[in-house]
Amino acid sequence: MLKQTALHAEHCALGAKLVDFAGWDMPIQYTSQLDEHHAVRQSAGMFDVAHMSAVDLHGPRTREFLRYLLANDVAKLKTPGKALYSCMLNPQGGVIDDLIVYFVDESWFRLVVNAGTTEKDLAWLRQQAPAFDVEIRHRADLGILALQGPEARAKLAPLLAPAFAEQVLSLAPFNAAWSGDFFVGRTGYTGEDGFELIVTQAELVTIWQQLLAAGVKPCGLGARDTLRLEAGMNLYGQDMDDTVSPLEAGLAWTVAFNPEDRQFIGRPVLETQRSGPPRRSLGLVLEGRGVLRAHMPVRASNGVVGETTSGGFAPTMKGSIAFARVPNNAVGPFEVEIRGQWLPTQETKLPFVRNGKVLASK
Amino acid sequence: MSNIPTELKYVKSHEWVKTLPDGSVLIGITDHAQAALGDLVFVETPKVGRKLTAGDACAVVESVKAASDVYAPISGEVLDTNPKLVEAPELLNTEPYESGWLWKMQPSNTAELAALLDAAGYAAALAAE
Repeated sequence: MLKQTALHAEHCALGAKLVDFAGWDMPIQYTSQLDEHHAVRQSAGMFDVAHMSAVDLHGPRTREFLRYLLANDVAKLKTPGKALYSCMLNPQGGVIDDLIVYFVDESWFRLVVNAGTTEKDLAWLRQQAPAFDVEIRHRADLGILALQGPEARAKLAPLLAPAFAEQVLSLAPFNAAWSGDFFVGRTGYTGEDGFELIVTQAELVTIWQQLLAAGVKPCGLGARDTLRLEAGMNLYGQDMDDTVSPLEAGLAWTVAFNPEDRQFIGRPVLETQRSGPPRRSLGLVLEGRGVLRAHMPVRASNGVVGETTSGGFAPTMKGSIAFARVPNNAVGPFEVEIRGQWLPTQETKLPFVRNGKVLASK
Repeated sequence: MSNIPTELKYVKSHEWVKTLPDGSVLIGITDHAQAALGDLVFVETPKVGRKLTAGDACAVVESVKAASDVYAPISGEVLDTNPKLVEAPELLNTEPYESGWLWKMQPSNTAELAALLDAAGYAAALAAE
């Protein structure tokens, strides 16, 4: 039996096509995945991401705990509401999950973790937390909705009490504000401006209906995938997992080696990779026609091989893009094998698209 | 409910066949197929001159979600492919039975044509899926 979010009936009423995603019955698309993608790039779209989990950490030593638990350093979070993206590593330096951590107050931090990893994450947190007397609260009473796109601010503000709306509109990227259990972070997974709302299950339905009435397009996981791919953002379980280090997954920017004396889980292994991990990730743009997909063979000009980890059609670019992982000594240009044919690609800096604009050249 | 024009013939693998006045046929995918695949973004058609056997996986249509094979409903030689699909693969979604045709072929065995499903037969096959 698949799990359902509080918005399940809304999806059914809208005629969404539903799929099993990590044990949840989730909308992959409502009408057209392309239209949904473009709505987020050009106006505003919303996603039910209530299959993901908010996990609150409480206790006076929470910051100390997170500085040990996470590869990024929560010492960077100096003002309440500030958010940080980080990987949570195992002792082998592999990624248990990637998450966002919000600093609420000195004895309360909030994590937002992936759906498919929630149980694994909770088990790991419960194993590590006692040494720091940190209390773990899985906030299953809360649901998450992502409102994304250049018009997200204009769509959300009228639905909030004036004073809170003003607070939300003044949020810098990667900052959050809250009013009771209504929590708004200026974060997302699309490469566009927008918010992630963490609210009670009842409020989730209300805000969804209000946004729908305001003309925000409901978007499925299909569009979410093409948007994050264009935005150069990894998908856990596909672009990295317990066997891949963040340095191999293009996430070196999220690993805080400074200060040098901060011990965090996985650090000793990452230290051995600092001058060069065994593999590296890169962005590829297919030169000709066709569609790159995950797990296609990749061949470097010096003969070493790897594979694509994610790939697809990039609606904003009207071409195809992929992330690939190759041995560190691989030298471009790279070719990708599609149905027996090796096709040329261009290695490209990520992201491919940001704030509606194509950055990668095709 | 998907659209199943009565003037066309079908195979269970969701291709349609339209016989033209000169005896050649157009091949495409059904409305049901395009809806199931989602937004189509790339099409690979068989080479002109290729001799197909009924059941050959000879074309590929790629949607935002996945790549899918298209099978030759009958045997024969490929005469032409739809040039519009290179720039506008979305025609497969918007007009699957008209401007979204995939290729034109000359049947080599007319008995195969007679054995194709009519609209009612295809509708029954869909209902049984």
